[in-house]
Amino acid sequence: MSTTAVLPTPPPAPGAPLTKKALTADHPTWCPGCGDFAVLASFYKVLEKLQYPQEKIVTFAGIGCSSRFPYFVNTHGGHYIHGRALPFSAGISLGRDDLHVFVFGGDGDGFSIGGNHLVHTARKNPRLTYVIMDNSVYGLTKKQTSPTSPLGFKSKTDPWGALDQPINPMRTLLNSGATFVARSHATQVNHMVEMMLRASQHDGFSVVEILSECVEFFEGAFDGAMPRKGGTWSLIDLKKNDGSPEDAARHDPTDEVAAFKLASEPWPGKFGVFYENKTRPTKNALEQKLIANTREKTKNASDLELLSKTFARLR
Amino acid sequence: MVSPITPTAAGATASSATTIPDVVIRLAGNSQDGIQAIGGFLARLAGRSDQEVMTYMTIPSTISGGPSIFQVRMGSGEILSAGDRADVLIAFYQHSYQDHRASLRAGGVLLYDSDHVTPNPDDKEVTAVGVPMTTATVEAVGGSTKEKGKNIYVLGLLARMFDLDVPKLNQLIKERFGGKNEDIVRNALLAFDAGYAYPAENLRHCLYRLEKSTAPAGGRPQVTSDGNSVLTYGLLAAGVRYGAGYPITPWSSIMEGLRVELPKYGGLFVQCEDEIAAISTALGFSYGGHLSVTGSSGPGLSLKMEALGWATMAEMPLIVINVQRGGPSTGMPTNIEQSDLLQAIYGSHGDCPRVVLAPKNVEDCFYIALEAGRIAREFSTPVIILTDQAIATRIEAFDEPDLAKLMVQVKPDTSPRVPEFKPYPLNDLTRHAPPGSLMTSGEYPTVTGLEHDEMGHPTANAFLHTKMTAKRREKIKAVAATLPVPELAGDESGEVLLIGWGCTYGPIREAMGRLRAVGVKVGHLQMRHIHPLAPGLEEIFNRYKHILVVEINDEGLYGFGQLATLLRARFCNPAIASITKTDGLTYKISEIVECVATKIDLPENTILARKQSILASAR
Repeated sequence: MSTTAVLPTPPPAPGAPLTKKALTADHPTWCPGCGDFAVLASFYKVLEKLQYPQEKIVTFAGIGCSSRFPYFVNTHGGHYIHGRALPFSAGISLGRDDLHVFVFGGDGDGFSIGGNHLVHTARKNPRLTYVIMDNSVYGLTKKQTSPTSPLGFKSKTDPWGALDQPINPMRTLLNSGATFVARSHATQVNHMVEMMLRASQHDGFSVVEILSECVEFFEGAFDGAMPRKGGTWSLIDLKKNDGSPEDAARHDPTDEVAAFKLASEPWPGKFGVFYENKTRPTKNALEQKLIANTREKTKNASDLELLSKTFARLR
Repeated sequence: MVSPITPTAAGATASSATTIPDVVIRLAGNSQDGIQAIGGFLARLAGRSDQEVMTYMTIPSTISGGPSIFQVRMGSGEILSAGDRADVLIAFYQHSYQDHRASLRAGGVLLYDSDHVTPNPDDKEVTAVGVPMTTATVEAVGGSTKEKGKNIYVLGLLARMFDLDVPKLNQLIKERFGGKNEDIVRNALLAFDAGYAYPAENLRHCLYRLEKSTAPAGGRPQVTSDGNSVLTYGLLAAGVRYGAGYPITPWSSIMEGLRVELPKYGGLFVQCEDEIAAISTALGFSYGGHLSVTGSSGPGLSLKMEALGWATMAEMPLIVINVQRGGPSTGMPTNIEQSDLLQAIYGSHGDCPRVVLAPKNVEDCFYIALEAGRIAREFSTPVIILTDQAIATRIEAFDEPDLAKLMVQVKPDTSPRVPEFKPYPLNDLTRHAPPGSLMTSGEYPTVTGLEHDEMGHPTANAFLHTKMTAKRREKIKAVAATLPVPELAGDESGEVLLIGWGCTYGPIREAMGRLRAVGVKVGHLQMRHIHPLAPGLEEIFNRYKHILVVEINDEGLYGFGQLATLLRARFCNPAIASITKTDGLTYKISEIVECVATKIDLPENTILARKQSILASAR
């Protein structure tokens, strides 16, 4: 889908299509072979498809290898503190409903230090897309056990093998009330693009977990889902609602219980959209409604009128 | 709903009343007795009568029950503190009597509920008047309301004793209960009238009238409110339209206020899952181009510290409120302490210069919010407002601010940026381009907590780190250059300069007056800008023999309170010494006077402390 038009070097002409060239910023600092390169390339493709005005796109991140992401995308954006990118980005989204907010991070950022924020952001359902690049290891700090490291994974903090039960990302997200939950793999570019695209088009808090291998510290972590490494790449067969007998067996993404069942399948499990709730209103919408109702009651009084009235009551 | 006592009846009693300039009334009971409501009514009434008013309140940290007091001082002159000791004590229970009898000045009036209290019969120092408050309220209101309304009955009694403006009080009662059931308004008025109608001959020794206010006519109208509310309104005036917080005493009432008020202004306040999420969300609003606020008390400020460091590094404007309470840890959540000063200034990792302000009283909460907004926007920096439990909860009367002149509008500036735009210019102040701003260079800015170059790209370049650290430091020094030399009261040079910050303002000012009355040359300087310090201090300090810093925190390992430590480090002036305490209460005037007397070796008998109640001298 990438456009072939020859574009001027910056600045692009107003109204010119947004291309990978315009979106490319600093050269990624990731190790050669890192899964995150493919996620970045897929994200450029997603933005090329979406064609949002460049200045309206925001990419933010916490701390970790994958959280360097915003430096490599030429949009407004930034790099916040470890684990807290979600509440920060919720602030961006709720304060500026005109923007398209994308948050990037890893498994440590999302499920460990930021675990509580993940739960509560899901609960609040602000309009933003969160991409978790899960490598099941702390890479930036050079190989410690992560919240998604499998039992027995030998790291510098568990040289004898990880003892703690790993988090099941899909179940955690479903349980928190995320309204769009999908899973993909960094070796499956088309699938990643499709999942991120659907997530961006979802009205609410949408999350895509992407298994993205750390070739330095957890090589082969996700081979189980890679056919060329002898694994199984198994897609979720989504319901087509065509009334056919085989459709009954397909997955209905609005069915939360079915989503839980899918999420509980043994490793490597399935990939695709686990859950999508199109009916729950976003916090953006709920707060806007609250503001509209309140403004109606105050008859759109000016700020000065409102505060003067408050002080008059204190006389 | 017709009052059996017409307002003119007040005139009949007034003939035998003596006139007094001001009075301190302490109400002591339990927290569910509605004592704060009486205090609130009296404060509002005083405010509407152009009387100065100041209140003092203790709330137990338990949810319901437990002893509670409310002290209100009202008068015609300038009232700066709630008064050390009371002229009138209203005791609802035996424990209220026992715990607070000592707070009553000799010659004062003890008004007690004779249904619950048996005072010491040998106590001839005060005039004791027993009134069956509980049974009289039950009789007056009747029905199943039991003794609810006892507080309003007492308000009626006080209205009779002090010849208060009955129509205005009735109006206040109607306003307060008006939104509720009609029965509640009727019952309240019945209770009030019963208290007011209490046979005057039983009170004949205790009838007073407050001097008419000498407030200049044509001034701005008086308003009456508490510090947290006024701070909330100040934020609204400063252009704050977005914020986020997490509940903690005594900050919560600000966030509750903002949550309700901001939607009216088209804004939004988010209750977050924790303190860190709260500051993060607030910073997200700031990044979006808004002026936003977060806040907490000491423990919450500690949790916000990493994010505050990010705000300094990324140079993001933000107002952070810390309503201080007793610490460390959960400490004394409903008591007064000023022990977060060093945390506010130095509490993050790394070299993290930031702005810290402190309001001196309830009125100043409004203006300090405007000042915080000005600095945050102009210098793209986090600004901490250090207020405290005392200012947060007490009620004061003050001139209504000139809103038309003062209100600020803040909107995200998303205009296209010139090709030369840099988010972190080395030779200029940072002015962020919020998202939505088209970058004509085609290059979009990154805001980051990593050390960065002028475009926001991360760098570990030693030269740049030195330059950027200096940029952040010089910016805060530039704030100092915009500040006025602090206002000095009293003697412009001499024996003692009293320095305070926050809620100590009133007691220090009154202590200054008392010391000057006995011939000591004393000046007073209340610091509103804690960090950076305002200019001109050194020159002022040099004019005094003793510089005594009065604050409610510990003297520390080396014998100096937190502000005193900072001032000694800054000025290397050995004349700077400390007056500190940590009893969880505001300073009494006498405490400051006594400490000063000790520090400067003033003979004890020269200290002039009012031992007798003003009511006694009036008789």
